[in-house]
Amino acid sequence: MIYSPSITAIIIFVIFVMIVLALSYYFARKTKSASGFFAAGGTIHWGVNGIAFAGDYLSAASFLGICGMIAFSGYDGFLYSIGYLAGWIVALFLVAEPLKRLGKYTFTDALDARFDSKAIQLTAAISTLIVSIFYLIPQMVGAGALVKPLLGLEHHWGVIIVGAIVIFIVATAGMTSTTYVQFIKGALLIIFSTVLSVYIFNNGLKIHPETEHQAYHHFISITPEMENDRVVKAGDYNVVDQQNIKTHTLVKLQKQGVNRWFKLVKKGAEPVLQEMLSTTNLDKGKKLYNGEPAENAKFYQVGHMSKIIVDGKEVKQTGPLGPFKFLSTIEKSEIVRFTQLKFSDGNDKVTVWYQNKTSGSDMMKPGLRFKIGKDATPVSKLNFISLMIALFLGTSALPHILIRYYTVPSQRDARKSTIVAIASIGSFYILTMFMGLGAAINGVLDVESSNMSAPLLAKAFGVGLFSIISAIAFATILGTVSGLIIASTGAIAHDIIDVYMKKNLSEAKKVMAGKISAFVVGIIAIILGIAFKGMNVSFLVGWAFAVAASANLPSILMLLFWKKTTAKGIASSITVGIVAALGLILTSPMMWSRYGLNPEDAIHQLDNPAIISFTLALLTLIFVSLATQKDNHKKKDI
Amino acid sequence: MADQHHLQTYKLSFMEHGPAAKLGNDHASKKKSKLGVILFIVYSIVYAGFVVVGVVNYELMGKIIFAGQNLAVVYGFGLIIFAIILGLIYNAICTNLENKMNKEEQQ
Repeated sequence: MIYSPSITAIIIFVIFVMIVLALSYYFARKTKSASGFFAAGGTIHWGVNGIAFAGDYLSAASFLGICGMIAFSGYDGFLYSIGYLAGWIVALFLVAEPLKRLGKYTFTDALDARFDSKAIQLTAAISTLIVSIFYLIPQMVGAGALVKPLLGLEHHWGVIIVGAIVIFIVATAGMTSTTYVQFIKGALLIIFSTVLSVYIFNNGLKIHPETEHQAYHHFISITPEMENDRVVKAGDYNVVDQQNIKTHTLVKLQKQGVNRWFKLVKKGAEPVLQEMLSTTNLDKGKKLYNGEPAENAKFYQVGHMSKIIVDGKEVKQTGPLGPFKFLSTIEKSEIVRFTQLKFSDGNDKVTVWYQNKTSGSDMMKPGLRFKIGKDATPVSKLNFISLMIALFLGTSALPHILIRYYTVPSQRDARKSTIVAIASIGSFYILTMFMGLGAAINGVLDVESSNMSAPLLAKAFGVGLFSIISAIAFATILGTVSGLIIASTGAIAHDIIDVYMKKNLSEAKKVMAGKISAFVVGIIAIILGIAFKGMNVSFLVGWAFAVAASANLPSILMLLFWKKTTAKGIASSITVGIVAALGLILTSPMMWSRYGLNPEDAIHQLDNPAIISFTLALLTLIFVSLATQKDNHKKKDI
Repeated sequence: MADQHHLQTYKLSFMEHGPAAKLGNDHASKKKSKLGVILFIVYSIVYAGFVVVGVVNYELMGKIIFAGQNLAVVYGFGLIIFAIILGLIYNAICTNLENKMNKEEQQ
């Protein structure tokens, strides 16, 4: 951890929370009916709903995750921006209006509108819960991870605070308060991402990225004396050890009792030792940063340019740049990324980050993370295609997004709000490129947490901006978690208790069931957020997209566009979609390495399952529907 | 008769899973749906083109094609801007169809 909490960030966050709670309290008195609780009475203005869509959709994965991934892996992070936005095209052109026409409170309503089938009611509700829970866990863990550096509290307090606020928001006024929280958050996120981008353009590009708010560590190089390919002397350091890890030669040096790791590289014919960042987990459980305890603050923020080329000439800095010139200058220049390497040093576990000079042209095209170029294999290419399919098809099948169509008065409003969502979310995603690259070159990166890239970039431009961006990062989690909890609440209270179990609850009891469900789901979210602490759970968002695309989208699309679709076809397609997507994920190389096994021994080599699970679910729907055509005489005509 | 049928359907759907807000009859829905499918196919082809270039001719992504920007940047930003433009065109045509066809029905 290399940053300290900010009082201003705490004050801004508290003000935001007070506004949100006051709004919820105000709307609570007006929320008496089930329609009011689950769908805001269908009275939200399309403009407000459009921005609320952005607030609902732009989760921590978008704001913190994508900016961080672009900062560390260049253009490959931006692929997520492209895919996440493209998914809205499916929502707008195929799903928005028909779903609004068919449903009442939840997407299960829409799927079941023509059938009144127990199987659809149950499978669709379970699918909603699975997707929402997978989406909830990373948000809650993200809350815990943010609270420590930003507010100085322990992980579990972050999870409990977010959980408690969200339970209050949802349990008081349901969808109405959720909508306004998401509206405020969506608007703030877009406005301040624009402000941050303007700061980046004004700052331009510099070889030494110091600002008045932040110093930058100058990494040293030492010319060593060599004997038989081994370093025997290195300036005023003592040589302790030398190891070959993969293709790299790493050297441990010592000065004043502190061990430091260097990388041996060739500069022309001459050997040079380049300074690295390192963390060492001692076998006694203590952790050292660059050989010293964390409080000595010797673990630096990194990310800088090693060469800046403007109009064919090398310069030290550029001055303010426009957006296009910013990108084209990076394209021609050279960036120093810090690449991770893990190994054992006796009983200690060492992680080093070495300087990896990357040409701007490599940074600005895909390939640093997803292997589709030089080192590509057929499987790595298939993984890339499968990921792009999951992103494209997943958005319009996410239950917490779909329920927002029931909050507006008409199909026309559903359509218009989707277009506002596309414009606002699209603008934000374009900004992720500038924020991510800005973080990569301004010496702000924490190599241990790529997710902190955007807030730390803001800190380089001043504590005020950092405080606002940090508060927005929290608000981001509040907005998305509220949406997920209201979606889960609808699945439990409306789909399962009221419709599936045919409890025929009165309006007041439906609202009460909704409030109790919100409380229960909120508590479960808190428990999961604490249980998954420290685990890198960003892949769970990928799971949620893959499961949503496989389990829900074939049913939605075929219901709308294929008259022969039957209830059994839909229910079996949802079941196959869930089972196939989860089965492929749990047996994937990525999970194999999480089980502590060799990823190459995994049952298959596909990390992104959508290409297979979506196809399987679609084929299941077609075959089962064709085999059960006689059931369709009971189908209602709406 | 048609109105009565519509009212009956609405009541039925409200009792079970129908819309939360009252919806009128939309005579433009078939045309809008067809337009939506066409625009979806158009966008899907352009999106698939991006994925295919990435997989089949990866080096092409790094080629400078416009104002110092490479194909990856122009295509990627283009996909986002194209989505916004298509959305606006779709809305304009749909609104026009709704105004025209639902008005004719009222008359």
